[in-house]
Amino acid sequence: MSLLEIENLSLKIGETPILRDIDLSIDAGEVMGLVGESGSGKSMTALTVMQLLPNAARAEGRVSFDGIDILAATEDRMCQLRGDDIGMVFQEPMTALNPVKTIGEQVAEGIRWHTGASRADAEERARQILDRVGLPEQKFPLSRYPHQLSGGQRQRVVIAIACALKPKLLIADEPTTALDVVLQAQILELLRDLVDENRMGLLLISHDLAVVTQMADRITILRHGEVMETGETALTLSKQAHPYTRQLALASTHVPERRVFALPLAGRVWAEPTGGGGDEALDPSQTEHSSRPPPRPAELADPPLKGEGKGAPLLDVQNISRAYPGQRLSMFRKAEAFRAVDDVSFSISPGQSTALVGRSGCGKSTLARMILALDRPTGGAIRFMGETLTGKDEATLKPARRNMQVVFQDPYGSFNPRHKVERLVSEPLHLLEKQPSAAERREMVAAALREVGLRADDMDKYPHEFSGGQRQRLSIARAIITRPKLVVADEPVSALDVSIRAQILDLFADLNQRLGVAYLFITHDLTVARAITDDVMIMHEGKIVERGPTGEVLDHPQSEAAKALVAAAPDLHRAIARRLQEQG
Amino acid sequence: MTSYLLKRLLIGALTLVVASIVVFSVLEILPGDPARLMLGLNASEATVQVLREQMGLNQPILLRYLDWAGGLLTLDFGKSYTYSVPVAELVAERVVVSLPLALMALFLSTVIAIPVGVFSAQRRGSAADTLSMGAAQIGVAIPNFWFALILIYIFAVWLRLVPAGGFPGWNAGLWPASKALILPAVALALPQAAILARVTRSALLEVLGEDYIRTARAKGMPRSHVLWRHALRNAMIPVLTILGLQFAFLLAGTIIIENVFYLPGLGRLIFQAITQRDLIVVESVVMLLVATVIVVNLLVDLSYAIVDPRLRIRQ
Repeated sequence: MSLLEIENLSLKIGETPILRDIDLSIDAGEVMGLVGESGSGKSMTALTVMQLLPNAARAEGRVSFDGIDILAATEDRMCQLRGDDIGMVFQEPMTALNPVKTIGEQVAEGIRWHTGASRADAEERARQILDRVGLPEQKFPLSRYPHQLSGGQRQRVVIAIACALKPKLLIADEPTTALDVVLQAQILELLRDLVDENRMGLLLISHDLAVVTQMADRITILRHGEVMETGETALTLSKQAHPYTRQLALASTHVPERRVFALPLAGRVWAEPTGGGGDEALDPSQTEHSSRPPPRPAELADPPLKGEGKGAPLLDVQNISRAYPGQRLSMFRKAEAFRAVDDVSFSISPGQSTALVGRSGCGKSTLARMILALDRPTGGAIRFMGETLTGKDEATLKPARRNMQVVFQDPYGSFNPRHKVERLVSEPLHLLEKQPSAAERREMVAAALREVGLRADDMDKYPHEFSGGQRQRLSIARAIITRPKLVVADEPVSALDVSIRAQILDLFADLNQRLGVAYLFITHDLTVARAITDDVMIMHEGKIVERGPTGEVLDHPQSEAAKALVAAAPDLHRAIARRLQEQG
Repeated sequence: MTSYLLKRLLIGALTLVVASIVVFSVLEILPGDPARLMLGLNASEATVQVLREQMGLNQPILLRYLDWAGGLLTLDFGKSYTYSVPVAELVAERVVVSLPLALMALFLSTVIAIPVGVFSAQRRGSAADTLSMGAAQIGVAIPNFWFALILIYIFAVWLRLVPAGGFPGWNAGLWPASKALILPAVALALPQAAILARVTRSALLEVLGEDYIRTARAKGMPRSHVLWRHALRNAMIPVLTILGLQFAFLLAGTIIIENVFYLPGLGRLIFQAITQRDLIVVESVVMLLVATVIVVNLLVDLSYAIVDPRLRIRQ
């Protein structure tokens, strides 16, 4: 008998069906990957096992854990199971810990509750488990508060809480989605080790097929509350018997068709002149599963836009820095200034798509803010279309702003919910020299909406009437309405499901081609960088440490930072290949 | 921490200066001549002029302001025009009634409101929740003097447990004096408790939707444990803010209740002083209240830091 057996589980919240006839089982020591897009019922399945569903939820079917009928268990019985035999890790480490309690208190609390241990004993055990998850006491005493830790460290605390009593089953609901790739790799490795050490069952929930393939022995694919396919991971994903499985796999590795930009850069630049080493990832046995498009024919490579001199860059950033004053240590002493961006120089040609890649906190967004003239650099100069931006006031910045727009990560938070689409999308029009009439304005909004694949009559709707992907289309419509020369996109697809992400990437590629917009694509996702950009810049601790054609840099990274990113980035094809190889 | 405190104290001092200018000028603009009021309607112009001279009312306004503000700094509040006693003495007499009353009311409102708020939040949407929040709604809506009259009718007239009004003074003994303050404190506390209970409930409900509550539940903590140990402290910030505002109100905003119960408190002192154009008393008492509000706000800010470690100043 399996550790966890779910049979014919159906769930309704009020009258809305959420799950239908879910079957799923996990053995001790096994990792089960649960994959699906948002709203497919992944989290609800997990919360059913924990019996932490919303009040209005009604579950039917059978859920048995270690011989216990979960759906019939009393709340008291569940309180005994939760945190002791079943642990759970959540997606958002920044909010998963109580801000007013120390990490020691929070880890020890569950230990005391379940074992009745004294405070001192519980703290000793808390110390051990925190040490195990990589937070040794010398550096991270129990008296730390969550806000004193970074996101990755907080996720380690959450894992410590979940694993403190060596549960038989660990449920991890998107445990690494909010983390950058390097941290993601570390956390996944930790989970893997904990599973092996304690023969724990792990239910790993994720929308990222590559992550699940790396980790899971078996995989269950969920869509609209129903199981589409379930089976051994590598086999399921290499056969792709179910059409939805194929669709997911294709979307995860989707590369939009686009012409390669004629690169103005002579070659590659990197900060650490280490001897270039070959990358094992290019081993032919592993790339044969790759569905990456073949190298594009050379005749497709178009010269950059007409009219603009090939030598004149659209954006030219010279030795730019942004320092934040250090915290005051005492009345007379200040800590050294923190240099978020440190002496960065680069340029972007018209129509060129450049990726800015780096770990969280490396200064990517600060750099983008300065380019958009939303933040003033403390040193250096930014020139856009031949004009210096630095030190100008808003009025003189207007023409530049017209030619430079932005798309943000969160398609939910970047619109005022009380305004209609017409008003939201036409917002940048005030930057035009001649204000359009009301009729002209509607015409321009309609054109922009059509450009991004929405209908013209969508302009009379409110943002909440659109899905996440459609909202991101709205953000893009807003960004292109003034016909800008440069669009800065800050993680524009990382909040989207894979199939929608593929569509939005197509849209970006299409606009790049048709309108000749140059992109600065800020992302921590190398797959996205590969898919949509000609050039990549790797940023690390405020500096750009490596730069060159995207494929080349990502295939043969030279700097340590780039190597770390590439090594940590999950790759679906590599992961499948490795799994198949392991099984012979 | 010390630099934070110094900064806050400096801001407080500046607020006091600005407040003193505002209070002084507003009262100067008000119609009515204190000298004439003191002497009555039949006094001759010459007598009024002599008194004005004596009271310093003929001096230029800036000089009078500096004189008054300087006095405040040395805790010399001047002399009341009508009572002819030092204002400090008058205020001291009244504070011993108003301050205990305010503290009692604040205590009562807190011990009623927080359990009711927690009770309601725990049973969100249930009949008990609807009932207690309905009661709170009524508590907010009904004026406190009406409560006061009902309380007097039940406890003083009918049950004869406490006096219906008046204050015997603390010399009469601790119990008789406190007894006289019970009904007014309850009458003051109920509407405040109603507001505070609603704030507590909504703050708790917001916190109960947070991710860390789910983490605590996933640890195996029962609901009630999570509520008291994890949620309540996080919900305290808005509750403390309201408490701070309420204390200021309870100290001075009690004119009506003091009148209903015939208590010689600060509220009545201001009221009488205004009707008698006893400017010096009004100015001094208002400044005292401003200072109290500043101090209370500072204490509330400091208590935020105790509740929430994120607000502590990093060393």
